[in-house]
Amino acid sequence: MPRSKIDIPYHVDYLSILDETGTVDKELEPDISEDFLLNIYKAMVMGRRFDERMLNLQRQGRIGTFPPITGQEAAQLGTVVNLRQSDWIVPSFRETVAEIWRGRPLETFLLYYAGYNEGVNIAEDQNNLPLSVPVGSQTLHAVGLAWAIKYRKKDDVAMTWFGDGATSEGDFHEAMNFAGVFQIPVIFVCQNNQWAISIPLSKQTRSKTLAQKALAYGFPGIQVDGNDVLAVYAAAKEAVERARAGDGPTMIECVTYRMMMHTTADDPKRYRSDEEVEGWRAKDPITRFEKYLIDKNLLDPKKIESVDQAVKEHIQQAVDKAEIQMKELGDPLDMFNHAYAQLPPHLEAQKAYLTKELAETTEKE
Amino acid sequence: MPKMTMVQALNLALKQEMEKDDTVILLGEDVGLDGGVFRVTDQLYQQFGENRVVDTPLAETAIVGMSVGMAMYGLKPVCEIQFSGFSYQNFHQIENHASRMRWRSQGRFEVPMVLRTPYGGGVRALEHHSESREAFWSHIPGLKMVIPSGPRNARALLVSAIRDPDPVIFYEPKALYRAFREEVPDEEETMPIGKSVIARKGTDLTMISYGAMMRPTLEAASELAEKDGIESEVIDLLSLSPLDDELFTESVKKTGKAMIIHEAPMSYGPGAEILARLVEKSFYYLELPVERITGFDIIIPLFSRENHYIPSVNRIVRTARKMIDRLK
Repeated sequence: MPRSKIDIPYHVDYLSILDETGTVDKELEPDISEDFLLNIYKAMVMGRRFDERMLNLQRQGRIGTFPPITGQEAAQLGTVVNLRQSDWIVPSFRETVAEIWRGRPLETFLLYYAGYNEGVNIAEDQNNLPLSVPVGSQTLHAVGLAWAIKYRKKDDVAMTWFGDGATSEGDFHEAMNFAGVFQIPVIFVCQNNQWAISIPLSKQTRSKTLAQKALAYGFPGIQVDGNDVLAVYAAAKEAVERARAGDGPTMIECVTYRMMMHTTADDPKRYRSDEEVEGWRAKDPITRFEKYLIDKNLLDPKKIESVDQAVKEHIQQAVDKAEIQMKELGDPLDMFNHAYAQLPPHLEAQKAYLTKELAETTEKE
Repeated sequence: MPKMTMVQALNLALKQEMEKDDTVILLGEDVGLDGGVFRVTDQLYQQFGENRVVDTPLAETAIVGMSVGMAMYGLKPVCEIQFSGFSYQNFHQIENHASRMRWRSQGRFEVPMVLRTPYGGGVRALEHHSESREAFWSHIPGLKMVIPSGPRNARALLVSAIRDPDPVIFYEPKALYRAFREEVPDEEETMPIGKSVIARKGTDLTMISYGAMMRPTLEAASELAEKDGIESEVIDLLSLSPLDDELFTESVKKTGKAMIIHEAPMSYGPGAEILARLVEKSFYYLELPVERITGFDIIIPLFSRENHYIPSVNRIVRTARKMIDRLK
């Protein structure tokens, strides 16, 4: 019985197209229309400015805790823009700009983070799952959706996002294994932003890449420069095409960086250095994409200014709208909405109890 | 005696137990350098090093399952699950292993671990960060379930939990983490697990509560005494399992009236078990039906409405007045 080697084809591609200096690899440059490039750019700016505005609102106490996305605009948009309306998105809690791209109105984020259940308001024609907080758990729902898509013989896909921390959770591994076994149209997008609250990637895994985890489950994994929207786009396009063609799942690891805190309740100065953060600032996804678009004569300083202005106005309108809605959404009894398809008798009784309490308390005041 | 918040008092308990006993190991997400997201383990990593305060990868099942193994080797793991809302991933390791190992191995192995986790609402948090699901754990045979209500008893009970030979779920009321300070002695202090205490003496009505709800309950008792002359006896359960039913049934034998206050949903909540014990042990002394003031049987709403969900002083006072009025 000799001791022999089992030949396992083993490689993980790394893809970078637009480097941090804004230089593009012409051979790998994806073919994207000018309008679409500008739409992606505008969305990236929206993601950044909306984050800044929410941080401002949070510091003023007008909204509660939220998880910023600054630095991850390319990873989210480069992937989500490859989907069509009938595809499904399965976000974690840090996919704000991917959700915006899919049509989630800005004011709903503000309502949600101000503590209103009504902040989740998904139109019937949107295949967008609500954000999921328990880390990694949503990946299994993408697997379920993708299985159902295959069962119904549709050529839609399901795309799910998660962080580097999620790759330590059992749910993630179970999702990956099921996806491989069932060969279903799901795309796993890991936004490897280097930190799971205070835990750096080096304490999260001994693996050289996160993308290689896909190999163990029998499907391709690719690592991309997650701050390079062209590389993310190209990798995601390939993955979506494979999935649509019935060739099964893909995992895309976007190497990026969480420029801000985990959530506004966190203080990153306790565990990471300013130098590290500054090092990543030089790799900003928006700066290099701006340079690319300027080089293509699609942007100039004036246009950049006008995009910024339009984005800020859009955000202001959403803030105004949300503040009006918050005043209208005061009814505590609405907490019983959506508890069940039909409220069972014991909950009707509990709702009546609260109704009476509210009436009697208000009378006295 | 120094005045401490609950966070500082819990930190003191961990620090002193770790100094005394090198089998005490802390593990969990962000418990090391970051000191835990609520800072309960602040500076312990710096004092004891990475082998005593272990920053783990992000996996609740693994944190708890690994603790079971460590405990069987003779260590005393104190693991932190960042929010109780994320403890359902590890529910399986508690229900299937931690709570059964003594029984399964016919006494050969024991699992003297503690699972610390913050629970409850009132801190303007996101989904999964405000629930009260103590009933789940209290229902599991082989497990102990402790919920302190202030800095001093939190410190004493955590020391007892670490020394307890059985697995203990230690629910920390996060709304009380920094809500008030109490004198906490520097010298060692423990409290027995499975014993409740009288937090306020009274003769007219028995109020039974625990954890974060002790504050509105005591406030309501003061208001009722001042404005209505109703003297409530307030019982702080401190442990839900084992449940000390002696103190509250004896109290009800005296007052004839009982009210149970908890933040967890009503149906199959801790109040249901307390009520059953009252019926079993003090039925003939009850002058009125027992009242339960609890969370509603729905998911706790996001924070703009949570104050109407969580039992309030007003709700407790009004219910007490209605009870007393029925006897007039």
